[in-house]
Amino acid sequence: MLDADFFRRWMTATAASVDREAERLTALDSPIGDADHGSNLQRGFTAVAAELEKEAPRTPGAVLTLAGRQLISTVGGASGPLYGTLLRRTGKALGEASEVSEDQFAQALRAGVDAVMTLGGAAPGDKTMIDALVPAVDALGDGFAASRAAAEEGALATTPLQARKGRASYLGERSIGHQDPGATSSALLIAALAEAHGE
Amino acid sequence: MKMLINVAETVVADALRGMAAAHPELVVDVDNRVIVRRDAPVAGKVALVSGGGSGHEPLHGGFVGPGMLSAACPGEVFTSPVPDQMVRAAAAVDSGAGVLFIVKNYTGDVLNFDMAAELAEDEGIQVAKVLVNDDVAVTDSLYTAGRRGTGATLFVEKIAGAAADEGQPLERVEAIGRQVNENARSFGVALSACTTPAKGSPTFDLPPGELELGIGIHGEPGRERRAMMTSGEIADFAVGAVLADMTPRNPVLVLVNGMGGTPLLELYGFNAEVQRVLAERGVAVAHTLVGNYVTSLDMAGASVTLCQVDEELLRLWNAPVKTPGLRWGM
Repeated sequence: MLDADFFRRWMTATAASVDREAERLTALDSPIGDADHGSNLQRGFTAVAAELEKEAPRTPGAVLTLAGRQLISTVGGASGPLYGTLLRRTGKALGEASEVSEDQFAQALRAGVDAVMTLGGAAPGDKTMIDALVPAVDALGDGFAASRAAAEEGALATTPLQARKGRASYLGERSIGHQDPGATSSALLIAALAEAHGE
Repeated sequence: MKMLINVAETVVADALRGMAAAHPELVVDVDNRVIVRRDAPVAGKVALVSGGGSGHEPLHGGFVGPGMLSAACPGEVFTSPVPDQMVRAAAAVDSGAGVLFIVKNYTGDVLNFDMAAELAEDEGIQVAKVLVNDDVAVTDSLYTAGRRGTGATLFVEKIAGAAADEGQPLERVEAIGRQVNENARSFGVALSACTTPAKGSPTFDLPPGELELGIGIHGEPGRERRAMMTSGEIADFAVGAVLADMTPRNPVLVLVNGMGGTPLLELYGFNAEVQRVLAERGVAVAHTLVGNYVTSLDMAGASVTLCQVDEELLRLWNAPVKTPGLRWGM
């Protein structure tokens, strides 16, 4: 079973990982975006970690909805509403239980990813965060480590794709050959999940 | 790249503090990142709120004041502001006559303003939205995030602002804003990439002998790269791209806009070429504005925006305006 403490560890592990990888995310965002993905997420997840420490929400759902709201209020850009919605909707789907099973979490995360697709209008193959998140959710049934591997593979697989959503889409064919920064940060989020689970 | 800053993290806050000191006619809330005209809310009048990433100055904060915006929300550099800022701005300027959000068509801006509109409506504020998408360099709207909002934003903010100032109701101010956007088209070129404070080096590599055609305003590369052209050749290309997408029946407003790193001397020279092309194509010019208005940090280059105006829109364009970035008639 996964409790509120697990979800707090997930968020703090994400904050630490985004902190470590901020420069790489910004560098990936440079040729096909506007060179700020790392610093934006760094600001957001730092705020999430601080808020969770202050508020100490007691259920898994409350941890994720608080984290989502915090991202929406601090990140801006497209990443703020998209990552914020991912966590907020996942948290809402978890309800008010003090512990949730891995299956319940997998279902909730799928609801979160669906909400991101609805909000941003992106589908798999559009070279966005969805290309890491959908395989991650699909693989979650095989455990957190499998989910992490699937997300990383999904992020790497965005390199040959032409972007059809977000700022990279303005480049047309010139977006081909670059790994998507959003898919890359999504893979970090999923990797932090495995880390929080001790894998 | 050397920059006149302290540290990258405080660039926006530092600029807002400086803006507050220079413009006592504005209320600049540095912590909450909202710029509001001091006399807001103006009784009985529709309020205009816009915002977007920083790095495009004077857009949007420099266009706050009588006859234009009621408030602006600056985000981080090239990053949309957050819904909290927009709701705060709307609440500060709403007189009860409603608020018009003017939103440039970028995924982040659209998502955050949509969330803000919902939240503001929950607080009992009537909100309407105008989306600005004038950039003809984005040709394939089906497989992209759609045309970007660039130079036409200035025309929308000025003309809708004048309509609001006259006391026109929200539906009418919104309709005028939409009409201005529909009548406007832009095309931009870059001679150099820009440098964001967070990265500290140019966002893309543009060799000395080349230029980038069809750029946006976020340091993103354009659609196509070519060997460097003369001012006249660039004017032929840019105005040609705009006129391939619109056939003006009425006179046009012309914005020859610098991207931030090109001297006014060059912009005026470029404007001479733009006017030559317009004359050759038989397009009548109602008014021309030359300067750095919708910028992309230190990027060298320029964009051309044409906006067809009938008598009503031209009258609203000429109406008095008093903002840090645009001022006439008062």
